[in-house]
Amino acid sequence: MKRRDFLQQSGLTVAGTMLIPNFLKAFEMNRLATPVTGGKTLVIVQLSGGNDGLNTVVPFRNDIYYRERPTLAIPSEKVLKLNDEIGLNPAMESLKSLYDDGLVTVVNNVGYPNPDRSHFRSMDIWQTASRSDQHLSTGWLGRYLDANCSGSGCLPYQAIEVDDTLSLALKGKQVNGLAMLDPKKLYNQTQNSFVHGLANVKTDHAAGSDNLHYLYKTLAETNSSAAYVYDKAGKFGNAVHRTQGAYPATELGNRLKTVSELIQSGVATSVYYISISGFDTHINQPGQQERLLRQYADAVKAFMGDMKATNREQDVLLMTFSEFGRRVKQNASNGTDHGTANNVFLIGGDLRPGKVFNEAPNLTNLDEGDLTYTVDFRTIYASLLRNWLKADDVAILGQKFDTLNFV
Amino acid sequence: MDKRSQQQQLQHLYWRACFGATPALIQDERKTSIRQLVKKLLKDSAAFTPLNGAEQTDRRKKLRGLVKEGAVDRNGIKQQIQRQNEQIRDLNAQWLDRMASGEGVLREKLAFFWHNHFACRVRNPMAVQQYVNTIRQHALGKFGDLLMVVSKEPAMLQFLNNQQNRKNAPNENFAREVMELFTLGRGNYTEHDIKEAARAFTGWGFNAETEFVFRPRQHDDGAKTIFGKTGDFAGEDVIQLLLAQKQTARFITTKLYRFLVDDQPATDSTTTKRLDTLTSQFYASGYDIAGLVQTILTADWFYENRYVGNRVKSPVELLVGMQHSLNITFPQKQPLVFVQKTLGQVLFYPPNVAGWPSGRNWIDSSSLLFRMKLPDVILKAAAVSVRPKEDGDVNTQVLDRKGNGFANVTADWATFNNAFSDVPDSNLPDALAQFLLQQPLGKAQRQLVMQRLKTGESRPEQIKNLTVALMALPEYQLC
Repeated sequence: MKRRDFLQQSGLTVAGTMLIPNFLKAFEMNRLATPVTGGKTLVIVQLSGGNDGLNTVVPFRNDIYYRERPTLAIPSEKVLKLNDEIGLNPAMESLKSLYDDGLVTVVNNVGYPNPDRSHFRSMDIWQTASRSDQHLSTGWLGRYLDANCSGSGCLPYQAIEVDDTLSLALKGKQVNGLAMLDPKKLYNQTQNSFVHGLANVKTDHAAGSDNLHYLYKTLAETNSSAAYVYDKAGKFGNAVHRTQGAYPATELGNRLKTVSELIQSGVATSVYYISISGFDTHINQPGQQERLLRQYADAVKAFMGDMKATNREQDVLLMTFSEFGRRVKQNASNGTDHGTANNVFLIGGDLRPGKVFNEAPNLTNLDEGDLTYTVDFRTIYASLLRNWLKADDVAILGQKFDTLNFV
Repeated sequence: MDKRSQQQQLQHLYWRACFGATPALIQDERKTSIRQLVKKLLKDSAAFTPLNGAEQTDRRKKLRGLVKEGAVDRNGIKQQIQRQNEQIRDLNAQWLDRMASGEGVLREKLAFFWHNHFACRVRNPMAVQQYVNTIRQHALGKFGDLLMVVSKEPAMLQFLNNQQNRKNAPNENFAREVMELFTLGRGNYTEHDIKEAARAFTGWGFNAETEFVFRPRQHDDGAKTIFGKTGDFAGEDVIQLLLAQKQTARFITTKLYRFLVDDQPATDSTTTKRLDTLTSQFYASGYDIAGLVQTILTADWFYENRYVGNRVKSPVELLVGMQHSLNITFPQKQPLVFVQKTLGQVLFYPPNVAGWPSGRNWIDSSSLLFRMKLPDVILKAAAVSVRPKEDGDVNTQVLDRKGNGFANVTADWATFNNAFSDVPDSNLPDALAQFLLQQPLGKAQRQLVMQRLKTGESRPEQIKNLTVALMALPEYQLC
């Protein structure tokens, strides 16, 4: 084994950082700090529950929209207009201002063939990038991590989910992303002497079982990833890097703030994942959805403002999706039921054209009362993987998709 | 080939065929032959007692009607949905209780396997109850019977949209999954077979009393060609055509082998031959599940070192295993759901029709840390610092995310301790490890476990601290 390989392996996969001599640690940090994506970061915000796209991006000139939604439709004069056809929900003033700054791209009619209207199944499809008749046990970002594994190991923290548990999207075959609500909490969990001690136990490959080895490997990686992120984010002393940006005190606000702090501290993470819930609005939709959309828009504006202030606006791209949209026609409970195609927001990242990307939903060409998709969500993934993260989209998605020219 | 201790071989049987054993049972059965034990397990599982408690609820359509008429307001609907979810949660806890009871457990373990195989997720508690009782009743019977009855379960027909499968507008969902996931596996049928089979299943549905009904007017009784055979097949005929294919026996045998023996079977000639033999036996026996299980559990190779302690426990296996070995009682149901949810496996809520991914898929940084914390939480009421995600469905919010209710959990330490009464203090760690772990306790691990002891502790305190520490090891995640 070459000395260099040995150093890399011992630093990354076996020992936790605490036991690595300083010269090695410096070596490890240097290597890890080299961004693998040309410094580009992708932030994904998932809206769980099926956000009603038609009341998010409102087709305010469309008679069918007003006819099918007698009590839910948003009056034309209240809509925050993006062009002469569609505009944003009035609760999204913050997003509108980002749009006016040229930072927001709206992609309409995103979906996939043979749509599934079950939350779980459709979310599976979005997270694994599978066909609707295919069941995969790895996520598209997990496979992105797999593709970045090298001879010296895999790096879980290249994709971080800001949460206590890990979504399928970040589970790969060889490596999983890291779930971490905040760096200090995870670090503390791994620092209790029992867990830390176990993380540093060397397991013998040859004897015992593969699965036991896998468990210890996962523990060691968790331990060293937690230490790496914590060290990195707390450059001076033990305080995690604090951003100057002001964020709303909401769950999403807090999580985007954590993302900002990790980005600013130079952690070599290229994908961040956050999900917020509550969009399953079967009953009394308006108040509920407006509250959530306002929280979303305000938090995203604070985040993008923070990115601009720290000169990272062009290197950070935020994507928002939901597992499906909702039916065109409202239901009897002043709400909407599960539907199909929906809109996707792409924010920041110096995109072209940075506007409304494609045609508004066609409400005359419905599939059993639901919107027909015109953009396959996997073409968006392919574009992000290939053009933004500079990754092998064909290997990760299992087939070639056209890329869209927004990046 | 070197083998684990005789005790671990015995435990291997109980881990794979059941949800582990109590130390008392292991002592009692020390001298019984494997053949006798397997017979005992089968005999002990001969009786079937249904789960109960679900009420017939109004169908959604009817509810909507009541809302329109003003007979029920929105709050009324919310309450009704809440009650339904609570009933499913109660069934979940009831089933876990059966699994942990130690009685008739081979049946429950196989039913757990079939729940993953015939994965199904619906909101109607009565349908859930019928479905789970059906797979429990037929868990050790003939696979053909099981396939037939489960295909006619309202839960399955609902989940796979066969209510919408009509003569003039066929829905292929059920026909596709029955071939891809329940019998043949991908690549062993054509799209044409699916289209034709879907026609045969037209008219299969269920009524408001959650009973299977055949609706002749929706059934397409024309000729169909499936697997090269032509006839005016009905749904039952398709099931028979599927059973006639030896590939179905191979598919089920391999899946059961993965569950009982080895998650990732080797591709060497020994394993291939072994699977061939098992398949032929299963097929020739008319798909006798108990017979197949018995052959596997009594085979010499089943106890080979490479299989012992090399299976990642699923969240339910982990939880029930702890419950059983210490006879743990959960006065509240919420903590049980919380653990399942945080670790990613809630009974009656599989992610999709393909069931839960298994093996290493259970393990990631956060799930591993939580698994290692779990003994502390359950046995010492340590604070819970994690929250599982919401799944997006407004109707399942009753399965709330807070980890409360662990303070009232009790374990029967007296009985557990009693089984170790002959063990001198200095041998305690190893005797406990021998019982709790299916992998050897390494030197470094032993040291870390010993650090959890404080000087001057009473023997019960020592046993408790050692047990909690051993259960927190990565080794305990395997069985």
